[in-house]
Amino acid sequence: MRRQWPYHLVLLPLSLLFAAPLVWMLLTSFMPDAEINSYPPRLWPSHISFDGYIKVLTEDSYPRWFGNTLLVTVVAVVSHLVLCSLAGYGFARFRFRGRGVAFAAIMATVMVPTQVLMIPTFLVFKNLGLIDTLAAAFVPWLATAFGVFLMRQFFLGLPRELEEAARIDGCNRLGVFFRVVLPLARPALATLAVFTFLGAWNDLIWPLIAINSEDTYTLQVGLTTFAGARHTQWSALMAGNVLATFPLIVAFVLAQRHFIATMSFSGLKG
Amino acid sequence: MRADTAAGALPLSGRRRKAGPRVRLMPQLTGWGFVGPATLVIVGLSIFPAVWALILSLRDDNLLAPGTFVGLQNYRDLLDDPDLMAATGHTLLYSVLFVPGSLLIGLPIALALNRPLRFRAFYRTCLFVPYVVSAAATGILANFVLDPQFGIVNDLLAGLGVARQGFLQDPSQALLTLVVVSLWGSVGLPIVVYLAALQDIPRELIEAARVDGAGPLRVFRAVTLPQLRPATVFLVIWQTIDALQLFDLVYTTTKGQPLDSTTVIVFYLYQQAFKLFHAGYGAAVAYALFVVTLLVSGLALWYARRGEAAA
Repeated sequence: MRRQWPYHLVLLPLSLLFAAPLVWMLLTSFMPDAEINSYPPRLWPSHISFDGYIKVLTEDSYPRWFGNTLLVTVVAVVSHLVLCSLAGYGFARFRFRGRGVAFAAIMATVMVPTQVLMIPTFLVFKNLGLIDTLAAAFVPWLATAFGVFLMRQFFLGLPRELEEAARIDGCNRLGVFFRVVLPLARPALATLAVFTFLGAWNDLIWPLIAINSEDTYTLQVGLTTFAGARHTQWSALMAGNVLATFPLIVAFVLAQRHFIATMSFSGLKG
Repeated sequence: MRADTAAGALPLSGRRRKAGPRVRLMPQLTGWGFVGPATLVIVGLSIFPAVWALILSLRDDNLLAPGTFVGLQNYRDLLDDPDLMAATGHTLLYSVLFVPGSLLIGLPIALALNRPLRFRAFYRTCLFVPYVVSAAATGILANFVLDPQFGIVNDLLAGLGVARQGFLQDPSQALLTLVVVSLWGSVGLPIVVYLAALQDIPRELIEAARVDGAGPLRVFRAVTLPQLRPATVFLVIWQTIDALQLFDLVYTTTKGQPLDSTTVIVFYLYQQAFKLFHAGYGAAVAYALFVVTLLVSGLALWYARRGEAAA
């Protein structure tokens, strides 16, 4: 506990430096445009102005994009939780023909980078009639190898006794899974939900490739396009940014512990 | 319930053989029932398109209409494409700065955070939060604070008597600025990974070294650093893959400009495939990058193994 100050001397300015752009984003979103562009710069708005928020929420399709992204993210999270926990449990507990091959195939997909998949996935979507639909944005997020792996690792570490007891009491496999196993898996499910939320919410490349019409844009695609069209209307741009970023920061702060633990876990022991 | 009986009989493999086919089928169906949907989605959206991309790379298809088989022509074209060479140069320069940069910044911060400090959670949150901000939001924010005329960073520099900089709009600075912005957004990962690894180092090791008379620097070099090796290998591979595949931030800030100084490989590939519709050529670029990424990862792993064997 002694001699803490040298550490604070480094960490405090560094932390403030990292947080500063986001604080500046928040401040300018409440600043009138005239003050943002003034010189010398104002660091604090003279009064709180909601012009940016009003502009972003009324003049563009922003609320629609927000809704689109919310839908995509909810579908992604729900589907991830269901499919990945089922598969993770299946790989952890059952013996069946082809199990090794199926698991190896799933793990092999981690190696295949997005850029290899961009073009053929576009063509697959085109053939399935998914271009310009929100499905194109959430289909890649229905389940991921990471999710299956995470859940499998979790279930492997879970003692079997409870499940066996439930089975003896006459519960079938699905019943055991839903009534006994899933309630125990809450921390893993929470982590998976946060990761999927983060990935699906922030995803840019798939909707960018597959969605062309403004009404179907997701928030990230919309923000980028909006930034090009509304160059220098900074308060509106920053308001849009704040609204797009805030749900993530809240989700992160709430789930920080799980999130960080899993992150290092998946990184080091994966 | 029948599935249960069959699964229960699993250890007695001799008996299982004699059991009727219907009984043997059930555990198979139960297993596949659980893993089937996810496997179908994941493999279907990855292995199948990957094979398709390989076939595409051997054809001269337009994105909108099929073409003909051209063999390795696309791969030969890669070698005489000056724009691709320039893009490769940018990607390499970016990676060479970004990967060591993120580790060299992340490790000291993790070391500092790995002790009972007041405000530790606050510091960690501040340093990690940029990691959750999307590339789109980061890009817009970067364009805003780094704007040559109105940006706050230039205003602050002017206050310090430093000349205004072009940052993302200056061809000689844009790529470097992108490295800095990326570091801001991603240094959270090395910090967290190193923090977790530091907490796993057995205390006895460090105590023993201290008892033997090693100073803090010596302890770090002889004990801490070798113990962090798996974390470092993971981070090098992870960050290298990230750097070689840089796209989002370029798309949301410079779009490859000014003067193509920030056109990186994946951005070039995106333009080729989705702006010029050269699907076959784009697929060849993608595969070439894929092979390079695999080689780099393999090399890093091999180097790590060799180091472990020598130690």
